[in-house]
Amino acid sequence: MVFVTAFVVTLIFAIVLLPFFNVKGRSVLFFSVVLLNAVLSSYFSIQTLLGQTFEVILPGSFVTGPIALRMDALSGWFMLIINLVFITGAFYGLYYLKAYQERRNRITLHGIAFIILHSSLLSLCVIQNSIAFLIAWEIMALSAFTLVIFESDKISVIKAGINYLIQSHVAIVFLMLGFIWVSIKTGSYDFNAFTAFTESSNSADSLVLFLFFFVGFAIKAGFVPFHTWLPYAHPAAPAHISGIMSGVIIKIGIFGILRMVTIIHTNYITIGYLILTISIVSSLYGVMLAIVQHNLKRLLAFHSIENIGIIGIGISLGCIGLGNGNPFLSSLGFAGALLHTLNHALFKSLLFYTAGNVYQATHILNVEQLGGLIKKMPQTSILFLIAAIAICGIPPFNGFVSEFIIYSGLYHWLQNAVLTWLIVIIFSILALVMVGGLAMLCFTKAFGIVFLGTPRHEIHNEVKEAPFVQLIPLYIIAAFIVFIGLFPKLFLTLLEKPAGLLSGNQFFTILTFQGKAMNALQPIGWAAMGLFALILFVLLVRRIVQRKAKIEVAPTWGCGYVAPTAKLQYTASSFVRSYGKLFGAIILWFKKEKEVEGIFPTDGHYESHTYDRLEQWIIDKPIMVYKSFMGRFLFLQNGKLQYYILYGIVFIVSIICIPLFYEKLVIIIDFLKQL
Amino acid sequence: MLSLLLILVAALFFTGIIIRTKSLASGRKGPGIIQPIKDVIRLFKKGSVYSQTTSIIFQIAPTIYFASVVMAMLVIPFGQSKGIISFNGDFIFFAYVLALGKFFSIISALDTGSSFEGMGASREALYSMFAEPAFFILMGSLALLTGYTSFHEIFAALHVGSYISYAITVLATFVLVMVAMIENSRMPIDDPKTHLELTMVHEVMILDNSGFDLGLILTAGFMKFAIYGALVVNLFIGMVRYEYAIPMFFAIQFLMAVSIGLIESFMARFRMSHNAQFIVALTSVSLLIFFAVLLILGKFA
Repeated sequence: MVFVTAFVVTLIFAIVLLPFFNVKGRSVLFFSVVLLNAVLSSYFSIQTLLGQTFEVILPGSFVTGPIALRMDALSGWFMLIINLVFITGAFYGLYYLKAYQERRNRITLHGIAFIILHSSLLSLCVIQNSIAFLIAWEIMALSAFTLVIFESDKISVIKAGINYLIQSHVAIVFLMLGFIWVSIKTGSYDFNAFTAFTESSNSADSLVLFLFFFVGFAIKAGFVPFHTWLPYAHPAAPAHISGIMSGVIIKIGIFGILRMVTIIHTNYITIGYLILTISIVSSLYGVMLAIVQHNLKRLLAFHSIENIGIIGIGISLGCIGLGNGNPFLSSLGFAGALLHTLNHALFKSLLFYTAGNVYQATHILNVEQLGGLIKKMPQTSILFLIAAIAICGIPPFNGFVSEFIIYSGLYHWLQNAVLTWLIVIIFSILALVMVGGLAMLCFTKAFGIVFLGTPRHEIHNEVKEAPFVQLIPLYIIAAFIVFIGLFPKLFLTLLEKPAGLLSGNQFFTILTFQGKAMNALQPIGWAAMGLFALILFVLLVRRIVQRKAKIEVAPTWGCGYVAPTAKLQYTASSFVRSYGKLFGAIILWFKKEKEVEGIFPTDGHYESHTYDRLEQWIIDKPIMVYKSFMGRFLFLQNGKLQYYILYGIVFIVSIICIPLFYEKLVIIIDFLKQL
Repeated sequence: MLSLLLILVAALFFTGIIIRTKSLASGRKGPGIIQPIKDVIRLFKKGSVYSQTTSIIFQIAPTIYFASVVMAMLVIPFGQSKGIISFNGDFIFFAYVLALGKFFSIISALDTGSSFEGMGASREALYSMFAEPAFFILMGSLALLTGYTSFHEIFAALHVGSYISYAITVLATFVLVMVAMIENSRMPIDDPKTHLELTMVHEVMILDNSGFDLGLILTAGFMKFAIYGALVVNLFIGMVRYEYAIPMFFAIQFLMAVSIGLIESFMARFRMSHNAQFIVALTSVSLLIFFAVLLILGKFA
């Protein structure tokens, strides 16, 4: 109770005080508030991971009823992820926003929204009262909107922001419908009512209820086909906000789905299959579109969709395990999903921060115009490389560990499945492998084109590495990425409680994890260390051998051609061209070309860009139809004030009169019915 | 431990045998069987030339490629004896650690800023992506058949019994050989002896490597062959005792090297644009294996 008050008081104080400080004081206050919030909540989170639970019932108001705040291991795990990303994001953001220092007011607003977003995300993890949850959700959506539109004088930013705002409100509608349904049936806003309600109602009802929540949360999480806001919002936001959005905000959707799995009792197998299908589609579709993107941040945004899909595969395995009464499968699935949530938060925020460094140094995000940055920005490049390897799920980093757990789940399920399931499993494995391979294609392209080779575009300002202080949070994240790769078992021990909570096995101990597939994690750690040792050893040998040898520097071999220019290099488009030809059916390509022809040839040009086919079907076409329908009523909007006043009067009169004439109307309708 | 030694010995001769077979098939006498090893040793002693465009990535990539292949080699078992690293799901580690090497060889090709090497890099990235599903489905089918999920346990439990399992072994051998060909950029996919940079895959990626680094890459290539050969051997020697298994190991490795030599002598490389289709067809072969396993286990009933 005291802590809840402290939490709220800190928040209010910070918001009120922030505008009154000078630049330095503001930064200090801002960061210390984020740190304070994080430390306070992490203290409790760690305790929940060790097996404690906390419950505080606030009196609330007559609208909300008593507001229950409950903290279990699931909330604890997500709160730790949120805190980690927010601390690094806040620190990075302080330096990232230095370039915008003269926009004092905007930065103040940004800081306030940042603190509110942090608090609202933390509170979403603990609030277990429908109305309070929705309010916190709305605060979260609005503060995130404020953060995204930081550079609001750019049209594209405003457009992306509004797109995000609308879609997150569509999400809220679905959540609201679900909450209203339960509260009408049970008369309570407490989440505990869900369990009671779904246990007593028939399975179809609880399935539909789950679907409402799933759609609501899936829009936030960015599952295909609810993903269309994501590739716009991420690139529009400043780098630290993109990192936070991808690392944490979309994860709150995952949190919501997992929370609903714990409190809604329904047919888990059906849900599992549904989530599995959507997740596989999301992961494949996300990475397929990511490959053809030219905007670095947009590329990363599509990868978020892919990773959400991988997390979803884990969740679906967990659900199917729950439904089959196979606690081992379900704990593997949920553990994989939870660990991948952390891992993705780490490497994706690192990728966005490094992309932010690139943008700061070059003011370019189009990969086709970048190149050779590793010579100017070696630290940023290596950090990006670490994150890129991790996101492809390649050992020795963390991405491999969580994907390995999910693979183990799939191969474990394979052992005792019937025919239809076997087919599903084998195609899931196929999809997961394809996703891994495609991710590699995508990140070799992103890293190779942006950081390697020679610059493809003349940059007029001096390109230089970000100051070391700005890189500190990035190094911290990279250290986590390496650490999880080297000591996966430690993190699995931390996951024991949350995974146990989800798989319904409260007596879940580390012993369950030491089952067949899980004693693999220790050797993975050893293998990762062995790999590092081996690499260092070979490098050492190479060093010793090469000390005597003659080392020369010469131009790149060009088949005898001695005057190559930067334009002769492979570009991002050419790197993925054969891929694009193979997958042309899935991606929408637009080409504009003018060939060079005639005896005295004029300029030719060629231009191609891609578009999301699903977005065209799901968003653009319905909006077009809607617009053309609404266009018929355009005569009402004629711009004349007198008419608008008339509309107002008509509205008010009808509001007043309809109840008066209601009985008369009923009589008339009855009369009509009798006819 | 045993498997490591055997693979290393096989790696010494594998490429030499391929080259010798090819020269015999084309009516030449050809170099000695350990000539490739001599070449590599000479490379290790030589100095190197580095492109001025390259960065640290180009310096460390061959090392990491080599290390990844060595790591992959450590998980391969030999019949009843485990690999040095063995755990449940180690074949996932095997495939992914090889991917680490590929990742680095691709970005090191892009590091040179060359117009050719990017081409090879792009192809390598695409083909290896298509080859991996076949391997994973094959291992999944074997895992389903035997009920285990580590290389060692799967191969130790695998024994050839009925006609269908003969078919499975034949198909699995085919898939593994083909994956080996793709991984090593050999004939139907890529011609290592082609003279035109535009038509190369792997060779064009290492155009700028020289000296010690090139030696590492070539050595890794030899080992990769022996690794896949060892996987094929493992399909057959699950229950066989060592005194028979070890000669069998060398016999099969020899046979594989000879047949690769013959394939390379009498087949033309596929058109680049058809490679992807071919590799996807490989996935359907491994799906066939999967269905055969279902048939054996009576899952269709």
